[in-house]
Amino acid sequence: MRLLSVEKLEARHGQLQAVRGVSLGIERGETVALVGANGAGKTTLLRTIAGAHRIAAGRVVFKGEDISSRSPHARAALGMALVPEGRRLFARLTVEENLLLARSAGRTGAWTIDAVMEAFPNLKARRRALAGTLSGGEQQATAIGRALMMNPELLLLDEVSLGLSPLIVDRLYAQLEALKSSGVAMLMVEQDLKRAMAAASRTICMLEGAVAIEGPTAALTREEVTEAYFGLNKARAEALSR
Amino acid sequence: MIFLNQILQGVLLGGYYALIACGLSFMFGVMGVINLAHGSLAVLAAYALYVLADRFGVQPFLGLAMIAPAMALVGWALQRLVLERSVRGGLLAPVLATFGLSIIIDNLLFQRFGADTRSLGPYVGDLSYDSWSLTDEIAIGKLAALTMAVAIVLLGGIQIFLNRTLTGRAIRATAEDPDTAGLVGVNARRINAIAAAIALATVAVAGAFLGMRATFDPYAGATQLIFAFEASVIGGAGSLWGTLVGGIVLGVAQSLGALVNPQGFFIAGHFAFLVVLFARLFFGDLGQRIRTALAGGRRR
Repeated sequence: MRLLSVEKLEARHGQLQAVRGVSLGIERGETVALVGANGAGKTTLLRTIAGAHRIAAGRVVFKGEDISSRSPHARAALGMALVPEGRRLFARLTVEENLLLARSAGRTGAWTIDAVMEAFPNLKARRRALAGTLSGGEQQATAIGRALMMNPELLLLDEVSLGLSPLIVDRLYAQLEALKSSGVAMLMVEQDLKRAMAAASRTICMLEGAVAIEGPTAALTREEVTEAYFGLNKARAEALSR
Repeated sequence: MIFLNQILQGVLLGGYYALIACGLSFMFGVMGVINLAHGSLAVLAAYALYVLADRFGVQPFLGLAMIAPAMALVGWALQRLVLERSVRGGLLAPVLATFGLSIIIDNLLFQRFGADTRSLGPYVGDLSYDSWSLTDEIAIGKLAALTMAVAIVLLGGIQIFLNRTLTGRAIRATAEDPDTAGLVGVNARRINAIAAAIALATVAVAGAFLGMRATFDPYAGATQLIFAFEASVIGGAGSLWGTLVGGIVLGVAQSLGALVNPQGFFIAGHFAFLVVLFARLFFGDLGQRIRTALAGGRRR
């Protein structure tokens, strides 16, 4: 049984159709990169899977259960955690309180406060600091830590490297690499194609709300993905047909 | 000496204001809802305690053990039936909805109990008038001291609950960002209903002390709302310890005002409220924003 399958999913922002009939599947423990240009619908797709955005059509099946009409907190309780774009920490709560809040999902497991502090040592000294006072790297570590505290089976990561220095991003990816061995499946949105393809066993590229190309990372060349990324195949095909 | 006495009595009166402002401040600070039915709900609780005492001989403190949970249920229903829907309509809709609710409560109470004033004083023995004499000129009312103690315990208890428990943290997180709270596994609807239930349980306590320290009638809610509102705003809306400070500032201002002139009681209280409000407008964050906006407008 697949961990997650998304079937012909559609989502809108008012008149704009941000996600157009996307179907994809994720196996347990698999790491999948979701790439695409700005406005390709990656964030909306992730938010729709997590329940933060309304589904216009299609369905989301998680662990064999149709969760299309479930609320975000019910999906969290089933084992799905989103690290949202822009981190979205609770600024007036401390780092520790942000992490502890994840217990609301009611899932116990290997991830505790101590385990998170172990994985992200830069948080140790900031444990009692308000989340609003953290540096970008610390904020991102807290956001990922908060998602891990839900002991998820599927981790949805939305541009975790955004706004961070290359050094911090390197460290973050090293930690994500370590996460893979724990058996958590990950669907990561990433702007940096090279980094995404290095981390993931499978790559999905979106263009204008639909899947442009998809396959095992090993079977895809960067050129193929780049072409899909910018919609060059389509442009060439249109040019030829004229 | 009389001056000192007035200040002391003012501080104790502030305890009552903090008690009545507690629920209002909590609802505004945590849920962002201004509940204009707050005063009427306190009077409703006072009437409920009166009926229990008058008809069934239940002593008000014992009655509170029944009425506080009952008011918590009212809070739950209020959130689900009125606030939750009206909040979707913007900032003004809950204000109008709760204002309407206060009119309904006031008039239903009037229809049922008439215009007679009532008090819970007769049902609490000598507590309502007994006092400890400190000196020949200064005495502390037992009820006033108890009110202050209850205010401190209630405000402190809520603060600890918000800081130390999972539900308390979920309430704070939901206040800040309900969408993200949902993604972390918080059931925001349930949390808001719990917060409303807590707020109204404190309203029941406020109603009990309102009834014990003085008389009330069906339309007494509006005055209580104004005092609660002033104490909340002076203390910095939404801050629980600030609410205690706000209540004390209001109480002291009123006591000192009464020393100057019998009419001075209300005027001095309102004056203190306006001074703090204008000070905020001119020197606080809000004033900074207004000045920036005005300066920007002039440049254009």
